[in-house]
Amino acid sequence: MEQGTFLYVNGKKVYFDSERNVLEILRKANIDMPTFCYHSELSVYGACRLCVVEVEGRGIVSSCSTKPEPGLRINTSTSELREIRKISLELLLASHHQECTSCIKSSSCKLQEIARKLGVTEVRFSRTEKKLPVDSSTHGLLRNPNKCILCGDCVRACSEIQGIGAIDFAYRGHDLQVMPSFGQLLGEVQCVECGQCARVCPTGALTPKVTVDQIWSVLENKEKVVLVQVAPAVRVALGEVFNLDPGTDCTEQMVSALKLLGFKKVFDTSFAADLTIIEETNEFIQRKQRNKNLPLLTSCCPGWVKFAELYFPDLLGHLSTCRSPQQMFGAIAKRVISKQLGIPRERIVMVSVMPCTAKRGEASRPEFADELGIPDVDFVITTQELALMIQQAGLDFKNLPPESFDLPFGFKTGAGVLFGASGGVSEAVIRFAAEKLTGQPLEQNDITEVRGENGIRHVTFALGEHVLRLAIVHGLRNARRLLNEVKKGKLAVDFIEVMACPGGCIGGGGQPVYNDISVRKARAKALYRADKNLQLHRSQDNPYIGMLYESVLREPGSHEAHTLLHTKYINRASLFEGEVILSGSEDTNVVEVKLCLGPQCLSKGSDELLNKIVNYIAEEGLTSRVMVVAHSNAEGCSQESIYATVDGEVVERCSFETLREALLHRLSEVKEIE
Amino acid sequence: MSPEVVHERATKFSIVCDILERYEHKQTMLIPILQAVQEEYHYLPQEVLEFIAASLRIPPARVYGVATFYAHFALKPKGKYLIRICDGTACHVKESIPILEKIREILRLPANQSTTDDLLFTVETVSCLGACGLAPVVVINEKVHACMTPAKVETVLYEIIACEKEAKT
Repeated sequence: MEQGTFLYVNGKKVYFDSERNVLEILRKANIDMPTFCYHSELSVYGACRLCVVEVEGRGIVSSCSTKPEPGLRINTSTSELREIRKISLELLLASHHQECTSCIKSSSCKLQEIARKLGVTEVRFSRTEKKLPVDSSTHGLLRNPNKCILCGDCVRACSEIQGIGAIDFAYRGHDLQVMPSFGQLLGEVQCVECGQCARVCPTGALTPKVTVDQIWSVLENKEKVVLVQVAPAVRVALGEVFNLDPGTDCTEQMVSALKLLGFKKVFDTSFAADLTIIEETNEFIQRKQRNKNLPLLTSCCPGWVKFAELYFPDLLGHLSTCRSPQQMFGAIAKRVISKQLGIPRERIVMVSVMPCTAKRGEASRPEFADELGIPDVDFVITTQELALMIQQAGLDFKNLPPESFDLPFGFKTGAGVLFGASGGVSEAVIRFAAEKLTGQPLEQNDITEVRGENGIRHVTFALGEHVLRLAIVHGLRNARRLLNEVKKGKLAVDFIEVMACPGGCIGGGGQPVYNDISVRKARAKALYRADKNLQLHRSQDNPYIGMLYESVLREPGSHEAHTLLHTKYINRASLFEGEVILSGSEDTNVVEVKLCLGPQCLSKGSDELLNKIVNYIAEEGLTSRVMVVAHSNAEGCSQESIYATVDGEVVERCSFETLREALLHRLSEVKEIE
Repeated sequence: MSPEVVHERATKFSIVCDILERYEHKQTMLIPILQAVQEEYHYLPQEVLEFIAASLRIPPARVYGVATFYAHFALKPKGKYLIRICDGTACHVKESIPILEKIREILRLPANQSTTDDLLFTVETVSCLGACGLAPVVVINEKVHACMTPAKVETVLYEIIACEKEAKT
């Protein structure tokens, strides 16, 4: 658009250039339009009708979905508009579950805020409240459909940012609801618990789960010694709850608060992030030298890990086997710190404070528990929950005397702090890889190429004779796009850093709710500043990491390191391949024949094969001993032949003959066992 | 499962595969695909919808949203006889509601149920069948019954029930 284009807002000229809609222009003109469904990161939806304006000659339109045109004359506050907005809001309130005082979202509820700003003092409509069950099936999120105002923000966040679509609108008109498919619970569908839905939800319909009571009770238990680790992103966002500017680094007050709350030792997850860098870079360089399992995919983000397990089972070998910093810390806490403190493992309780709603689910994975099933990380709370505990305890957060993390596990380098922002892991890896590959540390620690806000960033970095090709991605939809290119062989990269949440952990679902990207940017800036202010900037320079290797881990990638710091992944795609049981009984001793009827296999005639094998089983009287299951393989089958398994065993060069043979073979094996 | 049931299930399922292939697994063809599948099964079984979602790479929640949005799609099995009572303006004025009440009474249908437990009848109201001159109209499967009254519908229903009883014995 040419320079100097303008329109009129309430009679005044307002210039505009790249704004995508009238709403953005109004914001530029310092008019705060009320809206529930407009988010600059999501598509325009136009559902809530609160941002209505009057365009002279056109009537009343929603400003979010109106394209700016030169010369438009826009009025934003006529009595008619005010009445329309008020009625819209009253209608929403009439069907809203109004238990505001006991709602966790109370302090950051947009519905309350807008109702107040519009001057809604009574609801003139009779209540039409429904009583729908609350969904607490996931570890990290609580879904209360009674508080939903159907703005669709969560639906768009899940599909447009994360590319998942675990929730969507169902039914119609008066019965319209946002829900997972087939009325299932969130924990039963593809939800990765990233919490972006809760971040954009204007009400308390989707919120991070609150579990502070468990923490209080363990803090009061005299038998237990409660340790806490705090993720890097928490310190630059916590202050927002206490009216500090976004991007205020309140590490010292935070540590002080944690000690006052009763945590015996306050440690820093960034220490474990330094450790992650050593292990992960080592793994990366080894893979690079062997040219095996490249690109390496980072594994510190639990939302991303679950996404990979759901949608990219064939790339699980590319995921770094490193545990996330939270889980590395948990393992060290239970096996090393307990010994150093001289406290038996059973008495140690490890709590972590995370910006993330998926971390609690990660901590509950059975791989991260000891032989007795006691988890390495016992409890996980979000930044929001820590803020709540501070408020519950009545602490005057802003004025707390500064305190510092406990040593040695509270000591970190700047590299470990950068983990909280998208690009941070890559930067930390380069800082270590440079020294490892060239023998010389980098002259310049700041690697600004990897920083930034773009959803997909490519960086090529030359280190002597070595060239590292990195990609940094945030938002799982972007990750999906990138990985599909990798799978097609269209993209040659060595290393991909994936963070599920926009901006990385600083934009996590458990952070204080923010509505403006500038908040996220301020948090990132604060992390980069924290890196600058620390005395060390490279993970390999952390002296306590060196000591940990000397005393316990021996060397990166050692057997000890593998036991404590690495993990394995599970193919979860099979849960969502649309299995249809075509023949078989409930008997547990049946042999399962599974046949892919997805697009690729279908084109190879898998439906014909299905009919043949079903008929064969019927003719031979095997119906009670064989179960035939059809499904559609999650990522599509790329083999030459049809994808079929007999009791989980893939049938090579699958045809009717080979499948029949495999089945008969398995049947005779089963008979022998019996 | 008896061999007959297995055979029937497999045959129906391969029709689903044919439908998907016919529409080239295109995401934009979801609605025609669902229509064709419903034609086969007389409703949309959850497992089949989940298979379609996986095959088309559409999130199951989106497929569920489409299937629940349109009144045409049924997620529960429908009866052998689909009774549609027109409740458009003309039929409504000509007292279609007493006809509906009569039918529900004869079939002993509870308030929130539209299909009889024996899967013989499904009762639905539709907004307009475009046959206002024949109001009130009741359509049973493909047969149009014009100018209905509660008494007339009773006769029609009892005929069907008698017919079904005979077929059973």
